[in-house]
Amino acid sequence: MIWSWHNILSLSRTDSILAALLRLCALLSAAIVILILLFLISESWPVLQHVPLSRFISDASWHPAQGLYNIAPMLGATLLSSLGAVLLATPLGIASALFCHYYAPTALAIWHRRTIALLAGIPSVVYGFWGLTTLAPLIGRLHPPGVSLLTGIVVLTMMILPTVALTVDAALAGVPAAYLRGAAALGLTRWSMINGVVLPAARSGIASGIMLAAVRAIGETMAILMVAGNVVQYPDSLFASVRTLTANIALEMAYAMGDHRAALFVTGLALLAMVLLLVGFAEFFKQDAAHV
Amino acid sequence: MSKDFLATVMIWLTALLISGFFLYLLTDMLIHGLDRLSWAYLLDAPLDAGRSGGIAPIVTATAILVLIAIIVAAPLGLATAVLLTEFTRQKSHFGRFVERSLDVLASVPSIIFGLFGNAFFCLFLGLGFSLLSGGLTLACMALPILIRSAVEGLRSAPDEYRLAAAALGMTRGAALLHLLLPTAAPALAAGLMLGIGRAGAETAALIFTSGYVDRMPESWFDSGRALSVHIYDLAMNVPGGDASAHAAALVLVLLLFTINSIAMGLTRRWQRGRIHSL
Amino acid sequence: MKVSMDDTDKNSEAQQSYTLGPLQSGPHCCDPRPLISVTDLSLHYGAKTALENVSLDIYQGCITALIGPSGCGKTSFLSALNRLTDMLPGCHVSGRIRFNDLDVCDPDLDVRLLRRDIGMIFQKPVPFPLSVRRNIELPLREHGMRRQAEIDAVVQQVLQDVGLWDEVKDRLNSPAQALSGGQQQRLCIARALALQPKVLLMDEPCSALDPIASGVVEDLILRLQGRYTVVIVTHNLAQARRIANYAGFLWMRERTGRLIEFGQCRQIFEAPAHALTASYVNGERG
Repeated sequence: MIWSWHNILSLSRTDSILAALLRLCALLSAAIVILILLFLISESWPVLQHVPLSRFISDASWHPAQGLYNIAPMLGATLLSSLGAVLLATPLGIASALFCHYYAPTALAIWHRRTIALLAGIPSVVYGFWGLTTLAPLIGRLHPPGVSLLTGIVVLTMMILPTVALTVDAALAGVPAAYLRGAAALGLTRWSMINGVVLPAARSGIASGIMLAAVRAIGETMAILMVAGNVVQYPDSLFASVRTLTANIALEMAYAMGDHRAALFVTGLALLAMVLLLVGFAEFFKQDAAHV
Repeated sequence: MSKDFLATVMIWLTALLISGFFLYLLTDMLIHGLDRLSWAYLLDAPLDAGRSGGIAPIVTATAILVLIAIIVAAPLGLATAVLLTEFTRQKSHFGRFVERSLDVLASVPSIIFGLFGNAFFCLFLGLGFSLLSGGLTLACMALPILIRSAVEGLRSAPDEYRLAAAALGMTRGAALLHLLLPTAAPALAAGLMLGIGRAGAETAALIFTSGYVDRMPESWFDSGRALSVHIYDLAMNVPGGDASAHAAALVLVLLLFTINSIAMGLTRRWQRGRIHSL
Repeated sequence: MKVSMDDTDKNSEAQQSYTLGPLQSGPHCCDPRPLISVTDLSLHYGAKTALENVSLDIYQGCITALIGPSGCGKTSFLSALNRLTDMLPGCHVSGRIRFNDLDVCDPDLDVRLLRRDIGMIFQKPVPFPLSVRRNIELPLREHGMRRQAEIDAVVQQVLQDVGLWDEVKDRLNSPAQALSGGQQQRLCIARALALQPKVLLMDEPCSALDPIASGVVEDLILRLQGRYTVVIVTHNLAQARRIANYAGFLWMRERTGRLIEFGQCRQIFEAPAHALTASYVNGERG
């Protein structure tokens, strides 16, 4: 007889060994995010023990060497630059996705999608460098010094634009063709069809795309570090230099010691909290989309 | 002027703006970068804080960092993806827990990975400022990308293969190895590509894990400077380093592009090979 | 070329001697012995009951056709026989199925052995994305056949059995998915036969094929009669009538599939005992 029976008998064993092994790997992958949280907390613990959280927004200034830990200006800079970038990138990204779906001839749409994908793949340090050497001097001519909140917003916009464009693109692809046929049968113009049927149908997907883009904008470090000027202050205009939370960590981590270092980990925790909040919102919108 | 016409004009203008910006960025990089780019630039060590000389040790360090990241993250990611798609029901608590925590991991900002890598790999595990610390930090970052694309690839493999293989008395492992993974290969390769791209482009997570040292690394316990860190350093901390930074930026972008093409070519060949040989 | 199986006494050694020469029908099924006995089989998907209290015998060497409208649980019934229900999310089976002396529903049963003995053909042909040869070789190797010469012999054997050898012998190494639909389905049958099963479960094997290919596959199924026990699900009443020895009629009642009538094929079609069966086979319902 041709069959070797030992091979057959070990069936459930090979599969269950494999399953156990895979479970272990999956547990490890899932544990990373918990490890991150644990280590952020344990590293910030020294300063959290004797500095109440309220002082991180009520202290006179950010001078960790003197025990002053006000991160509010940097928090403001992070929120302002992200908000600006999201406000600019949202219409651009939606327009770009609409262009691919309803306006461009097929060949052009393919080319456009490829461009977006390439833009998404350009490293943030290259965006930052380009902003520093090309964009900042241009804006500086308008109003010195050039490295400013505005420059940061423009560079961030370019960086999160692909995120918006790609997620909206996916959301548009999910709009049932029957809706479009129905709209076309009513003799609507292209724009009324998009405005009246397509965008409402895709709104959950669009909303979660915007949330994800905001997550990227808040977390972005290198580009904003290179073009925003890094002065710790509340900006009085778009042309003022600002320092974001992320930039602050990148700048000071290299030499921070003791409580200063722990305070930087606290800003890290604050960043993570913001991001988690946004991810939660995105998740909410995604589930909303699943119900529609 | 009707709304419809206005919308058409605006949307075409946006598309034009994006393409125009892309072309501008590309030509700008080429014009400035090609000035300094030469074989000597690629093969020499940096001199005078990088203002002159080349980037050979930096390219080497970058390659080692990415290699460590992928060697660690790819098997772990593949195993996790296989577990999620083939060995757990989608509604199971464990599966949902893993997916949820990976979603969160995917959105953690890179600077947070830097903080974590510094605290965990450099200090807690005692690896110091080293390529190993940096590579492992990058592995954590690339992991969700690898898993997500592998899960998508495996989920898109037809269920009929699973049923037909089971009906022939094949183990799940065998069906996976011979049928599902080859079917999902393009997605796996695409994920690998994205992972390499993310790791190769990363800066913020590396500044305080693998460090700034621009000498040729001799082992993975040496500190090493990634190409992206080099660009950052030249642009921000080295007056007169712009020309070198331009060249390095061009090299980085070209490198990422080349790696992607190679990965795609390899998958195509691998798939063709799978049809005949065992 | 030898066919050594006597009508009444069929043990597993006798089954294994069918490996030489092109496929020949075994003895006609005239003195049937139950090979699979199903008792009170119920099948649930979550809270939904797909099939309730089905009891019937599958006779050795015969072709048993299951007919009935879509959604009445015919495919689920087939999947329960080779425990493919294990793979379906939320599926729960109760009742008893005995195959030879095995309890099919036993959770400790080695399903790989069971599935080797009970092959399955799906509605849509499922050639693997491999070459023609590898499609047959892969399961053989998985079941422990290692010698290439032996494998090649089996490949040729089963391809001859399904009448595909002359069509594909020059392109054994080209992708199976390039074959036509009918060829693909025959390849799938060959792949199942290569494991020397005792039973073949066929889930509407012809419904995805064009009429000519469908005819070829139907002829092939007829030639399997006697040597293999075939359970075939079909929507095509004429086909069931042409090929089956036994027929079972399933129908939806209160959203649950039930077996209305089971018996000799001729009896089911010509003298159905149940009014529902009569109206279905006469095309008045379903």
